[in-house]
Amino acid sequence: MKERTVQLEVLRYNPDTDTEAHFQRYEVVCQEEWVVLDALNKVKADIDPTLNYRWSCHMAVCGSCGMMINGEPKLSCHAFLRDYEGVIRVEPLAHFPIERDLVTAPDDFMEKLKRVKPYVIPKEKKPISEGEYKQTPAQLMKFRQYSMCINCMLCYAACPQYGLTPKFIGPAALTLAHRYNLDSRDGGRKERQEVVATHEGVWECTFVGACSEVCPAHVDPASALQQMKITSSIDWIVEHLIPGGKS
Amino acid sequence: METISTDVVIIGAGGAGLRAAIALAETDPTLRIALISKVYPMRSHTCAAEGGAAGVIKPDDSFDMHFDDTVGGGDWLSDQDCVEYFIHEAPKELLQLEHWGCPWNREADGSVAVRPFGGMKKKRTWFAADKSGFHILHTLFQTSLQFPSITRYDEYYALDLLVDGGRCQGVTAMEMRSGELRQFHAKAVIIAGGGAGRMFPFSTNGAIKTGDGMAMAYRAGAPLKDMEFVQYHPTGLPNTGSLLTEACRGEGGILVNKHGRRYLADYGMGPETPVGQPQLKTMELGPRDRVSQAYWHELQKGNTVTTQWGECVLLDMRHLGEKKINERLPLVRELAEAYLGVDIVKEAVPIRPVVHYMMGGISTNTAAATPLPGLFAAGECACVSLNGANRLGSNSLVELLVFGRRAALSAIEHVQGLPAPNAAALNARAEETRQRISELFSRSDGTESMSGLRKEMMDTMEKNVGIYRTEEGLQEGVNKIHELRQRYRRVILTDKTKVFNTDLFQVLELGSMLDCAEAVTVGALARKESRGAHQRLDYVERDDKNYLCHTMVYHQGLDVPRVDYLDVVITKSPPGVRDYSGDHK
Repeated sequence: MKERTVQLEVLRYNPDTDTEAHFQRYEVVCQEEWVVLDALNKVKADIDPTLNYRWSCHMAVCGSCGMMINGEPKLSCHAFLRDYEGVIRVEPLAHFPIERDLVTAPDDFMEKLKRVKPYVIPKEKKPISEGEYKQTPAQLMKFRQYSMCINCMLCYAACPQYGLTPKFIGPAALTLAHRYNLDSRDGGRKERQEVVATHEGVWECTFVGACSEVCPAHVDPASALQQMKITSSIDWIVEHLIPGGKS
Repeated sequence: METISTDVVIIGAGGAGLRAAIALAETDPTLRIALISKVYPMRSHTCAAEGGAAGVIKPDDSFDMHFDDTVGGGDWLSDQDCVEYFIHEAPKELLQLEHWGCPWNREADGSVAVRPFGGMKKKRTWFAADKSGFHILHTLFQTSLQFPSITRYDEYYALDLLVDGGRCQGVTAMEMRSGELRQFHAKAVIIAGGGAGRMFPFSTNGAIKTGDGMAMAYRAGAPLKDMEFVQYHPTGLPNTGSLLTEACRGEGGILVNKHGRRYLADYGMGPETPVGQPQLKTMELGPRDRVSQAYWHELQKGNTVTTQWGECVLLDMRHLGEKKINERLPLVRELAEAYLGVDIVKEAVPIRPVVHYMMGGISTNTAAATPLPGLFAAGECACVSLNGANRLGSNSLVELLVFGRRAALSAIEHVQGLPAPNAAALNARAEETRQRISELFSRSDGTESMSGLRKEMMDTMEKNVGIYRTEEGLQEGVNKIHELRQRYRRVILTDKTKVFNTDLFQVLELGSMLDCAEAVTVGALARKESRGAHQRLDYVERDDKNYLCHTMVYHQGLDVPRVDYLDVVITKSPPGVRDYSGDHK
């Protein structure tokens, strides 16, 4: 297998010992087919045990290893060295506070996820003994794409609006609200609208579409948010312009 | 050290831990629940499971058939009372997940769809494309957000169980963000910490699967059961070890050697079935142990394909066509394309067996209780003796649910009427954790590097405790792991700072893995027979006279562990012949 020496420039910050962040350069002998995470793992094992970052699955499904790679939000397990030339700059995910080195604090995202009530609020309750809710493949396809979110938060790091207005609930959480709204088993849309159809919610989105570009799970949050704007507008029209529309 | 008082502590927030938390919250909303995990819940390795979850639902299926498949698949090392309980609970749990929103694939009429899986006589594997574990995990996590009695402690690394008066009453943990120690006082503890596959160098397991939960229980006196049974999944990507689900074969993919021969026919799983028309429980739908073992024989015969990633066989799915592959196996296509540069629509993909799952774990009974009162366990970290000597694919995702819930119900029963913990006694126990960590930070005579010891452990496990084993190799493995455990006392902690110190966590994880690895090697050396995933070249037959029993390994500090045995529970299926020769025989 072919080898290649890669220069990594990694942001370092330890609140115990540093007053500010700085970059550290590592020279790593890598296999050509490796991803950036493999290079970091080699640094950690052979060069510098004090470097810190999160990772687990190495197959782009656990969502742990999001970081900025040459300025772009990426899963480091899915950022192939073959796509990079020269020095590779590795920084923590943008728009989140740094805990240490490449580790950021996702508290804000976790809180927002909870606020959108991302669970089935049943349209009609029935006991398990009565079996499954019937759902046709077409009904499943309506929301399935939006259920693929791995919560990696790359879309938050890419979203200029979230950077400017941290109260914005943001692409992933709103998309999950939409996923449940579209589910034939769910009747909770109205409850979610209180959070979603607000100026912290979908109306804060300026439709830049960066979220969809960086999404490693092809969720396309931008399309979810646009659909939500349309349905929220229809709600408004029904409520305000159609006589007797307010139910 | 700050004390957090609660009623039930759950260690691990993957499938089993989340299911337990929800069951506790639903059953008794007055209970305070502390859900501790070293990662955010959605990072748990349940997310990487692909193929699906087995439960009898279709009219042509029966509980008896699921029972027989599981017991035979496990080479009669399963406890049959446990299997009986499991198969009846399985469909209820899968329906519960359906009610919670899991996006199961559907038939045209809107009912849940099922797919074929290895070793199963009927189609009974519920699936959500090839991201079933991912959807189960996220459905559980998102559902759990609605229960106010569940308090999560994300990124807390659990350290030691607190045992007083013969009862488990809590745990110490480190908040990773601050490096501060905390003690949790509780009336019951449920461990749902996952497997330990990272003790091997080539594994489908994520970095977090280091056996911390198993080791914690083991150090506290609970035995580890049947640890020598390590499952190799037949089809891993040869470079990264990423899993290509068994559903590849369930949907009709075939395995061929360098001559293009479907070699499984030569190892008791033939005759060949028509390409693209998979038949249940034969050929490519044989059980994982047999299919992985067949690879080993092909390797010895020189029938494997030499690739830049080593010796492989080929998994050919081209005949499934692009439409079916995209609909049923999209993740597999992505993985092979991204990490190997192979488009499975156009080419056969080179694969080889890869360490995937520990059948063994913390010894539990059908009520998910360990022998240590107050301690319960569920999921891969536990050995409830459902899977016996070889787990069938798609039984473990259901196991998480069935026994996660069962652990919660047992814990509720256990806490009734219990007095509040003796805080002074638990504080004294917690002090031992503080000293252990403090000694690591102040150690000045360290000579061993963490990554060096880890590599030696992994190399030893791969060389000596692989698919086929021998007395000589296992003895060498036992000696080496024992030596590594002694040397581990001199491991160097390079990073002495507090905040998110992953050097520290890797050192601690290595300690967990070494404890688990010793239980695996010692159990394997002592079991002088071949059964399921434990194959000995020097004892090639199954020996029901001497080894129809579970291996129980007890921690003895730095000494070699003590090995004992426990009879297998047989209710209605006496040990028989595992027949995967199809209906043609």
